[in-house]
Amino acid sequence: MKLALIVITIAAFYVLHQDWWNWSAARPLAFRFLPVGLWYHAIYTIAAALLMAALVRWCWPSGSERDE
Amino acid sequence: MIPALFVLAYLAIVLYIGIFAFRRSSGQSEDFFLAGRSLGPWVFLLSLFGSHMTAFAILGSSGHAFNFGIVTYGLMASSSALVVPLCLLFLGTRLWSVGKRFGLITPVQIFRDRWECGHIGTLIFFLQAALLVPYIIIGVMGGGTTLSVISGGFIPFWLGGLIVALVVMSYVFFGGMRGTAWVNAFQTVLFLSFGAIAVTLISQGMGGFAAVTERLLNNPNTASLLTRENFSLTTFLGYTFNPLSAIAFPHIAIFCLTARKVTQFKRTVIFYPICLLLIWLPCVYLGVAANQATDIPAIEAKIEAKAATGRPVPGDDVLLQLLGRYAPVWVAGLLGAGIMAAVMASDSQILALSTMFTEDIFAFYGGKDKFGERAQIATGRLFVVLVTAFAYFTALNAKVAIFDLAVQYAFAGYAAMAPLFVAALCWRGSTKWGALASTLFIAASTFALYLLPRGFTIAGFAPVVPMTIISAALVWGVSSLTPKPSTVTIDRYFPPSSV
Repeated sequence: MKLALIVITIAAFYVLHQDWWNWSAARPLAFRFLPVGLWYHAIYTIAAALLMAALVRWCWPSGSERDE
Repeated sequence: MIPALFVLAYLAIVLYIGIFAFRRSSGQSEDFFLAGRSLGPWVFLLSLFGSHMTAFAILGSSGHAFNFGIVTYGLMASSSALVVPLCLLFLGTRLWSVGKRFGLITPVQIFRDRWECGHIGTLIFFLQAALLVPYIIIGVMGGGTTLSVISGGFIPFWLGGLIVALVVMSYVFFGGMRGTAWVNAFQTVLFLSFGAIAVTLISQGMGGFAAVTERLLNNPNTASLLTRENFSLTTFLGYTFNPLSAIAFPHIAIFCLTARKVTQFKRTVIFYPICLLLIWLPCVYLGVAANQATDIPAIEAKIEAKAATGRPVPGDDVLLQLLGRYAPVWVAGLLGAGIMAAVMASDSQILALSTMFTEDIFAFYGGKDKFGERAQIATGRLFVVLVTAFAYFTALNAKVAIFDLAVQYAFAGYAAMAPLFVAALCWRGSTKWGALASTLFIAASTFALYLLPRGFTIAGFAPVVPMTIISAALVWGVSSLTPKPSTVTIDRYFPPSSV
């Protein structure tokens, strides 16, 4: 169950990276200068950091710390 | 010339860091090649990130964005923000774990131990080494070019390349992994600071962020650069395979073994995307904005050439041109040092090649037993000198385009090697014959790519996509049909209690 949830979440992130819905648009601009195709991926990058924090919290490879 | 003096001062600092690291060394091979597996959490994050980011992260990204627009960020930065930390979390931690448990230093040593093989490991060594050499040559070339451009031509390319090669060689020679890691951490801090300063200064000089974007949108020749309509979705998707190469790069895989504790991966995995954002977002935006910098003759000539031919033009110097025009001299000097920091990523690659040679060839074929540990370290240092000299003299006599091309193919080759790491570290059923089949396929297909026309695709996908999929299929298919390593070995790597 846990493995399935991890795989689905990562797959969803992968799909969100292919943002075809923003493909031909420059607007809306963030802060009046960042085109949507850029700020979407900037937010995506921050979301990836949050995903990593969640994976580190809940999916840390078990047993790895016994080698320390 | 003043900016060049800042860069030379910077080179002196990194040289000092290398010498300082030398004083801390214990004289043992694990200390020289892995810093005694002692790197703390922040040095581990910064040095791992710094060794992964090459000149392309600053100069190449802005040049690519100058030609292709904002798509550059999604192609290379945000895809890496997802894939690279995942590789570090699920493969890097396992590499660290088996390296620590069994006293292993290189990926080939792990493959040999895991699959109970000898010469197949040697074959993997040669493939990894052959794919790495073009990166080192490109690094030396980038150093020579940067110093030459920043000094306004006062320092010629041959001298700039020589200075950079000697500095890198010296701190790797003396400091080994500890010197390289400390220098990389220092460099990363420098070029992380670089992005914010550069984007602020240059945009102010061009009339402000909003004005630059409005002018780009109102110009029919540049409006499409703020969208991705000139780029195919298939190509965009294919680029997400490239970051798989990160874990197969020898210098990254070896860096994974330097952490003091496995828990130090946690900070690296979480902050890796943020570091990417801080470097790539400013560089990509500035690369696109350069299309409005028609008051700089060199950039205006590029814009005209692009419009006349409808083809991309060499753009790796646009950021340097923007700095020269819009930043005060002393700031341009500091930022030049930041750029030099990114260009000098070849240090960890040279050290990785030296580590691999001494461990996978010299020690494996009896050199360590015969001549002792001191001779092994001396061999590693000699190899550092030889590789640097080879890279420098090749850089003097070759065209950059040749190695640019080689690096692109090497990228695909390394990405296709990622399934080998997954198989060795995560799958009990993998065998040396599966690894051999995959390695031979990667070697043949990478060589074939070099002969095929540039831009060759399969069903719209870049070659890295089928190469990685076929490589994975070969490891799985051939392993399923061939005898497994002994149960003792499999149980050492996958203890019954582990998940």
